[in-house]
Amino acid sequence: MPTFLVPTGHLGFTPFESPSFEIGLGRCPDYLVADSGSCDIGPYPLGSDRSHSPSAWQRHDLERMLLGARDLGVPMIVGSAGDTGTDSQVAAFAGMIRSIAAEHGLGPFTMATIRAELTPARLTAMLEHGRPIVGLGGLPDATPELLARTNRAVAVMGAEPIMEALRQGADVVIAGRACDSALCAAPALLAGIPAALAWYLGKVLECASFCAEPFAGKESVLGSVSRERVVVEAMHPEQRCTPLSLAGHAMYERVDPFFEHVPGGTLDMRELVYRQLDEKATEVTGMRWLPNSYAIKVEGAGWVGDRAVAVMGIRDPITLSFLDEAIEWARGKVTERLGAPGERHCYQLFFHVFGRNGVMGYLEPSAVTGHEVAVVVEVLAESAGLANEICALGSRSLFYARLPVVKGTAGNASFWSDEVLAARPGYIWTLNHLVPVEDPLELFAIELEEVRAVAEMAG
Amino acid sequence: MTVVPLAELASTVRSKNAGVLHVTFDVLFRDHRAYGLAKASGALSRERLAALYGLEPEQIVTWVFYDPGLAFKFTIRRRQPAGTPGEPDPFGSQLYPPLFDVQIPVASMEGDER
Repeated sequence: MPTFLVPTGHLGFTPFESPSFEIGLGRCPDYLVADSGSCDIGPYPLGSDRSHSPSAWQRHDLERMLLGARDLGVPMIVGSAGDTGTDSQVAAFAGMIRSIAAEHGLGPFTMATIRAELTPARLTAMLEHGRPIVGLGGLPDATPELLARTNRAVAVMGAEPIMEALRQGADVVIAGRACDSALCAAPALLAGIPAALAWYLGKVLECASFCAEPFAGKESVLGSVSRERVVVEAMHPEQRCTPLSLAGHAMYERVDPFFEHVPGGTLDMRELVYRQLDEKATEVTGMRWLPNSYAIKVEGAGWVGDRAVAVMGIRDPITLSFLDEAIEWARGKVTERLGAPGERHCYQLFFHVFGRNGVMGYLEPSAVTGHEVAVVVEVLAESAGLANEICALGSRSLFYARLPVVKGTAGNASFWSDEVLAARPGYIWTLNHLVPVEDPLELFAIELEEVRAVAEMAG
Repeated sequence: MTVVPLAELASTVRSKNAGVLHVTFDVLFRDHRAYGLAKASGALSRERLAALYGLEPEQIVTWVFYDPGLAFKFTIRRRQPAGTPGEPDPFGSQLYPPLFDVQIPVASMEGDER
């Protein structure tokens, strides 16, 4: 029964906890595996090709994994490098691996990098050659216009590119954007484990200790898989994997708890049977695999404007009772000077009212407004200069808003600080699409290299 | 009839993105009894949840009582993908609090008919 140690559900997002990882290493796992990607961080990191996590934390996690893997002489697999899994992040993680190896005198060992980035030009060419790029979740299919608005895109690999890298002898796999559950599924499939068990293993382990109780992130869990069953065990002394904790996790971040769609098929979890083996470990059986035509998910992000933000506070109950009028007055001042959005300039102007519905927006059922509110004035515009001007005008006009009743004639609002803050540019998700492929490796580039500490140290 | 807020019956109430288009809500119940009360009550119907969040019932794309987890789960579709300017709560992590106050009738199951 091959065993898999997973120390974190998002490598580098915050440093993982070493003690439970060390306990896990003591169990001599056959693979060390971690996912480093997420879409929750929004479209900005992909669109701007920047990691969302400090490189020091990424290095912390990679260093502990590499030291453990080389000590045990087992493969280490990291997917969706640097949050986004773009080529630059694969290169950055590969660079960290070389540098950690040099620092600790590790090697020689074989490192595989798997690139997953797709240029918008390549996607456009695919479309021109009649390959559909099919919208997920009811999104319209991709058009040349949509691709033109996409700055950067990645293909989300299935298990096959990782299997191929391992087959070619990789000791360390640094993969670009990858399906979270493929990272453990790949070596399991390579070992001849049936797809249902391999993909369930990947699914249950992908968030590390989120499948255990009590709640604690960034702790290690150990999974094992045979042709008959998956067993999951918490490594932290205070955590347990129980039928309830695993079932609870089956729902986490998923549209439904029964099906997991991955490249090449669907994991069917309707008939799962959980059995507690001991205090910390639970066995799972009953998973099924429904094969499907092979398709790869593509994620893309596009720039929509430079951004500026200002924060205002309102305490006056009279102003609060005319809050919508005050916001409309301020909006009107912006329109008066710069035109409506799209008229003379492209811009978007938001007044987010925290204390009323700043968190939930259109989903807020409560009509209660607090005794004070914060108004976050957010602007996206075609240039940073224009965003700044609109943001200053919008927030200062809130201060000067003319209302049916005004008692505080020195200002309707309080500046949290009378300044416009430069925010990072705005991006949106442009692609959340599927591309059918015949060859699971088609969109991915695998490269192997020998990492030798001596060579780097000499350099 | 006695009612108790959902927050009292549940050990976990959470919301989170499920991909960039959907937000999923999970309610994990304290025990079999609490789960059974909520499931039997009808208080968490698709229609009532849609009304609570100001949605059309068809905007709730999945809705399920999940016996193995003693859990209830539903998923909504966002108006725009998460992170789009103007779209609230990019992680979807603070959209659950209105569920706390959903009132679950318990009197008949309690054997308390006062």
